[in-house]
Amino acid sequence: MTTSTAADAVERPEDREPKQMPLAKAITAALRDTMADDDRTLLIGEDIGALGGVFRVTDGLQAQFGADRVIDSPLAESGVIGTCIGMAMRGYRPVAEIQFDGFVFPAFNQITTQLAKIHNRTDGKVTMPVTVRLPYGGSIGSIEHHSESPEALFAHTAGLRLVTPSNAHDAYWMTRQAIACQDPVFVLEPKRRYWLKGEVDFQNPAPDAFTAQVLREGTDATIAAYGPLVPTALAAAAAAAEDGRSVEVIDIRSLSPLDDETIARSGAKTGRLVVAHEAPTFGGFGGEIAARVSERAYHRMLAPVLRVGGFHMPYPPSQEEHRYLPDIDRMLEAVERSFSYDR
Amino acid sequence: MQPIQLLAPDGSFAEDEVYAPYIRALGDDVLREMYRSMATARRLDNEATSLQRQGQLELWVPCLGQEAGQTGVITALREDDMVFPTYREHAMALHRGITPEELLRQFRAAGHSGWDPLEHSFNVYSVVLGAQTLHAAGWAMGLQRDQAAGRAEDELVVACLGDGASSQGDVHESMVFASSYGLPMLYFIQNNHWAISVPVATQSKHPLALRAHGYGFEGVRVDGNDVLASFAVAAHHAPQVREGNPQIIEAVTYRMGAHTTADDPTKYRTSEEVESWKAKDPISRYATWLEAEGHADSGWFSEVDAEAKDLAADLRRAAMSMEGLELERVFDTVYAEPHRQIETEKAWLKDFEAGFAEQTGETEGERR
Ligand SMILES: Cc1ncc(C[n+]2csc(CCOP(=O)(O)OP(=O)(O)O)c2C)c(N)n1
Ligand SMILES: [Mg+2]
Repeated sequence: MTTSTAADAVERPEDREPKQMPLAKAITAALRDTMADDDRTLLIGEDIGALGGVFRVTDGLQAQFGADRVIDSPLAESGVIGTCIGMAMRGYRPVAEIQFDGFVFPAFNQITTQLAKIHNRTDGKVTMPVTVRLPYGGSIGSIEHHSESPEALFAHTAGLRLVTPSNAHDAYWMTRQAIACQDPVFVLEPKRRYWLKGEVDFQNPAPDAFTAQVLREGTDATIAAYGPLVPTALAAAAAAAEDGRSVEVIDIRSLSPLDDETIARSGAKTGRLVVAHEAPTFGGFGGEIAARVSERAYHRMLAPVLRVGGFHMPYPPSQEEHRYLPDIDRMLEAVERSFSYDR
Repeated sequence: MQPIQLLAPDGSFAEDEVYAPYIRALGDDVLREMYRSMATARRLDNEATSLQRQGQLELWVPCLGQEAGQTGVITALREDDMVFPTYREHAMALHRGITPEELLRQFRAAGHSGWDPLEHSFNVYSVVLGAQTLHAAGWAMGLQRDQAAGRAEDELVVACLGDGASSQGDVHESMVFASSYGLPMLYFIQNNHWAISVPVATQSKHPLALRAHGYGFEGVRVDGNDVLASFAVAAHHAPQVREGNPQIIEAVTYRMGAHTTADDPTKYRTSEEVESWKAKDPISRYATWLEAEGHADSGWFSEVDAEAKDLAADLRRAAMSMEGLELERVFDTVYAEPHRQIETEKAWLKDFEAGFAEQTGETEGERR
């Protein structure tokens, strides 16, 4: 077994200049830097070794750290999560890669009845610092089961944390913070944004992974989105500005815990809130935000919180996904609709 | 596939070439300790069952009839061999120093578990069938890496499961991982003939031990009502397991009691069947042998009986005075690190309960 020192050859993150890189490569850098710092951090998943994962996020890591730290698992998702639990019990910090959103379900039992509950079940005696990397979301023109957004199922599960980056800088820092956390953390990776470039500043950490951030200030309405739809929301706000509407944009970033305070503050400020996600709106996470904001900011709201999301159907054949997924126009329509409640 | 047996139901001993020497090498201390473990477990079972009847426990899961397999196997292992039990391994738990009070905790619903798994190298009980076999495989993967780094000895890892759980996908996945990575895994399957009301034939028409062959490792069947054979089989195979050769031990036994105190076995099995297994009781045959071979005399047996009675009294006292986990503590252990929603809800409940009368109608949001 290897305890690699190859990492020493890599420049320390704190000596590195800020760098433009795709979101996926920012995650790779986060994994590499964490593994170099801590030999208890292990990666496990399907095809993550020689291939570097189907999205190449773990590219080069097995060559650098060895097959004992970058583990190609048997093709068994329940096995991946179940063995992460056992490794975590022994003091390791496993990072599991689930190949695609739609293939997390064979592990659903291990995630919800085991991973999420063990700290509680053992009255705090056993911690579960397990990170689950889950590439999610659509707009990649793929076949069935490759474009899903199952986040509400996990956000609903007490004991799990869920974060989702929308840009390269967050991707780097959220991944590092997720692995450092003593709780199980899902990092929902917006796979259609994997190749979106952005600057990663290795010396200045992103804000706490478990908070929301105001990305664009506005006064007339707020769009709150996360992961893949944050760039869409920013584009919608830019388009609205051309029409004379000042739209604030919030990157929700963390679904559990949820920074409802930041979202409600913006709702109270602009009086109109649109929540956008790719997942179906019915029974979805947007409903949770709507309920919380209406409780916190009821008297300041000028319109009900409106949701923009997928329809109550299985993810459609991707030829039709452009009509299913929220886009700039759907967001703008909701913003306009929120003005129709004016008295 | 005839289970390996050293001790027949009448207490006679078979001088098997492979396995008997492991028994012949044992001193009175170990032989007696095994009896004590079995007798204690049985006493605990009886007492816990009556505590449940009296409303002192929410549920009890008896291990009645399965004491020999559990005791034999755990006695043959080392203290640092991590065990991942189901919910019926009371004899094994007691052997690892878990107190009867700790064992009852979960069944009184005073908490979800009662002991520190790392302190005893014995995980907390696990109710979702088969799930723990993957945790065991993961523990073994960590162990392998610790060994490579010089941080661990040649421990092995025990994954317990029942005949019913053998049908779970997680068990298959666990065995795939064990085989693929050469994990030091001992699968201890207690085939007690029933999964609640469903007979073992519905899970498998073939000996469960034979499943090992499909994964490329060894499987052995042992008379699970024979503590000596169970000990010897585990002692014999443990060294190979330690070297990374997974192994199934299928202990053929019988669930003498109900599945749990909530079950009514008369609906699905005959009293003839139960009677036929009573004749194969694990404790009486072992007592017969111990006495016949001069390892213990009647004075010693009455001493053990007296100890068991003390335990019963302690148990009753412990159950009645056990302090439950308060909801505040449940809030505090959902996450290891602070979580906004947990804190808000915990504070809300505190306010709500403190000022019940004047706070009607207010919501969490308005109060902030
Ligand atoms: C996944 C799952 N399904 C169903 C149950 C309900 N259940 C509890 S024990 C049991 C039977 C288990 O039989 P077996 O594995 O033979 O163990 P035994 O109870 O006989 O020791 C069932 C169906 C459960 N606990 N977990
Ligand atoms: Mg059974």
